[in-house]
Amino acid sequence: MLREHFPNANPAAVTRRDFLKSAGVVSGGLVVAFCMPAGMRRAFAQEAAKPAPIPPNAFVHIAPDNSVTILLKHSEMGQGIWTSLPMVLAEELGCDWTRVRAEHAPAAPAYAHTAFGMQMTGGSTSTWESFEQLRQAGATARALLIQAAAQKWRTQPGDCRTEKGFVICGEHKASYGELAEAANQLPAPADVKLKDPKDFTLIGKPTRRLDSKAKVSGTAEFGIDVKRPNMLVAVVARAPVFGATLKSFDAAKAKAVPGVVDVVQVPSGVAVLGKHFWAAKQGRDALTLDWDLGAGTALATAVMRADYATLAQTTGTVAKTAGDVDAALKGTKVIEAIYEVPFLAHAPMEPLNCTVEFGKDSCDIYTGTQFQTMDQRTAATILGLKPEQVNVHTTFLGGGFGRRATPTSDFVAEAVQVAKASGKTVKVVWTREDDIHGGYYRPMWLSRLRASIGKDGKPAAWAHTIVGQSILAGTPFEKMMVKDGIDETSVEGAADAPYLASIAAHRVDLHSPKSPIPVLWWRSVGHSHTGFVVESFIDELSVAAKKDPLEYRRALLPADARERRALDLAAEKFGWGKALPKGHGAGIAVHASFGSYVAHIAEVSVEGKNIKVHRVVCAIDCGPVVNPLTVEAQMQSGIAFGLGAALHSEITFKDGKVEQSNFHNYQVLRLNEMPSVEVHIVPSTDKMGGVGEPGLPPIAPAVANAVFAATGKRLRQLPLRLA
Amino acid sequence: MKLDVNGRPYEVDVPADMPLLWVLRDVIGLTGTKFGCGMAQCGACTVHVDGAPLRSCVTPAAALAGKKITTIEGLSADASHAVQRAWIETDVVQCGYCQSGQVMAAAALLAQNSKPTDADIDTAMSGNLCRCGTYQRIRAAVHRASELMQEAGHVA
Repeated sequence: MLREHFPNANPAAVTRRDFLKSAGVVSGGLVVAFCMPAGMRRAFAQEAAKPAPIPPNAFVHIAPDNSVTILLKHSEMGQGIWTSLPMVLAEELGCDWTRVRAEHAPAAPAYAHTAFGMQMTGGSTSTWESFEQLRQAGATARALLIQAAAQKWRTQPGDCRTEKGFVICGEHKASYGELAEAANQLPAPADVKLKDPKDFTLIGKPTRRLDSKAKVSGTAEFGIDVKRPNMLVAVVARAPVFGATLKSFDAAKAKAVPGVVDVVQVPSGVAVLGKHFWAAKQGRDALTLDWDLGAGTALATAVMRADYATLAQTTGTVAKTAGDVDAALKGTKVIEAIYEVPFLAHAPMEPLNCTVEFGKDSCDIYTGTQFQTMDQRTAATILGLKPEQVNVHTTFLGGGFGRRATPTSDFVAEAVQVAKASGKTVKVVWTREDDIHGGYYRPMWLSRLRASIGKDGKPAAWAHTIVGQSILAGTPFEKMMVKDGIDETSVEGAADAPYLASIAAHRVDLHSPKSPIPVLWWRSVGHSHTGFVVESFIDELSVAAKKDPLEYRRALLPADARERRALDLAAEKFGWGKALPKGHGAGIAVHASFGSYVAHIAEVSVEGKNIKVHRVVCAIDCGPVVNPLTVEAQMQSGIAFGLGAALHSEITFKDGKVEQSNFHNYQVLRLNEMPSVEVHIVPSTDKMGGVGEPGLPPIAPAVANAVFAATGKRLRQLPLRLA
Repeated sequence: MKLDVNGRPYEVDVPADMPLLWVLRDVIGLTGTKFGCGMAQCGACTVHVDGAPLRSCVTPAAALAGKKITTIEGLSADASHAVQRAWIETDVVQCGYCQSGQVMAAAALLAQNSKPTDADIDTAMSGNLCRCGTYQRIRAAVHRASELMQEAGHVA
């Protein structure tokens, strides 16, 4: 899910299709919609017959009351696109920002991701992939409003200007709302002129979120808050180990629970439907279930780790190589290390849920999802409907982190199955235990690294063997992102580590063992392990070479590397090299992911076995910035998410069962552990990258390197533990 | 059973062991209070009972007869409570799911301690998880809310 996976992806080119105005809007005003290529347009012919307030390809609706509604094809899950994407459109539209509101778009082909070709949110792509598209939409709407004004005043569009939601020409002045109806009758211009970035007034300006008020007053609607007429709530009993099958079950006790209405079997287990969650949960817990556990009970983390370590002694499928690594490692002092990271659950604060309601020939799905197209198709397949007969209503997501982007649409498919089996309108709600036990984890990884140091202190050879399950194997993404046996998400950040170019002999290879454990992208995907491994090991080499860790990295990076800019800014702001309080240590790490380059410097101290992170100075080069407040928030967020994993989180298996169950034993970062984070943005006009994930990968190694600086102990396993 | 929620009386017919959280969300229809863990580990379900913070996910509603329950919906009519204003001003929220609980925990803290230190905030707020990691801005916003309350106090 990387920008680098699409070297030829050019969102600007993809989006330079015409936008069109769209008539037939019940609520009046101007709608600028995305004009689909001919092949896709047919899908809308049926839709067009339905009177909809806003057609399912609209990007912006300007109402007669001057309100501006921007339809978001991406899902708001905390990352701030509810604000930053409207900023992009509003910049070109020139409207009054205080009248802008956002809404999630329905699932429809017009809202496909410009690089992935399906409607989805992930890979830290939302802003760069829709940047030009949103600008085009805003500029098209503005051109139409100007044209409408010019016709009204019998003047030329070129003589008109716009200011905060008004078109002005000499003495004439009309609001966008007044002009919207007339503008909607005009044909969309074939081409529009976009602003020169130097004239931006909104893009680049710190802008507060549009969803704050709803989210501090309890009125923001998440999937779990959805209420439909006659809706029941369901809780599902799922297999206790992966791969188990249900032999039989007895629902008598469950049905005796007050408030329980129905019990149905579905492919994933047994669903208990109740008048409210409590009844359904009590009923679920009262089920008597007889499972055939199968081979799943053999699963044990200790066994898997030993197997991985054995595999790592052999060379796997080669992802990247140069020179003769084996020869270069012979006869020299080899520095060797094994790094390990565990399975991780995403554990978004909002437990998974999905509401399903059937119409006459349709199905309505209400959920917080990152994968609208996938969910729509999956539901349609289960129900024997056409995708366009499945209406996906995206609510706010109470966190996603990748868990709400399953190629199997697991939590949506299951809810559709429960609705189908029961014939009821139903909201399936997962408990926290269901979530922690439910799979789709960040894979466990083991890395074996070997390197030799040349006379100049620089690495002369580098061998990196990675062992871990493939996320993409068996998914629709396999074709695009698994090449020659290499799942790109397994080696990203390692096979393209920026230091390799200056290491004459290097090799990065991969073993992708299989297991019944479902794995999935977890915030920053492969970078969540490679960032830790590469940046820790390069630190080890700097120590072996007796060089300053910052200078060592700089010397290996090309002079124009964006990593260097991030490193230099972080070092300057941190005061790298200055004396620290007694017992404190500073660690540095830099990692590129999702098109952005992030350096962190962490200051830690160690008391007993406790690692205290006092301060993190972060520098990011993400190219042009839309909203600096968002960039800052996402860096803090990536650091907090990554720090929880670095210090606490792990999913382990014994006898096939997950040993953790809730936040008491699957621990994540708490407020008292949050360091003081300073975020600095590298001024940059380079290619735009993402910000949702790139802040995460360098935090674990920065902290581990700081622990080494403070104590002399090298920690090579996450979560970091002092013996 | 009878409950007083946000100054309104409610008569609900629910099992005696049903936690307040589910009575609020699924029976009364106040969904601002959130489910996160079901075992008082995350704070998303925080409400006030007679002004003190309480984890509604593990508290049977039956235990709260005669007490005054305040949920996020009852904190203010229009997000005008000092904590809510400070949260908006400081741009705290991300996904927002935990924020009802965070706001309620902060409001309860400030009602007890109008000028909390960072250590006071750590003690009072570390039971409220946020997976988006809004902690730094939460700290800043609690201090800002304290200022807003002092300012309002001076005006009054």
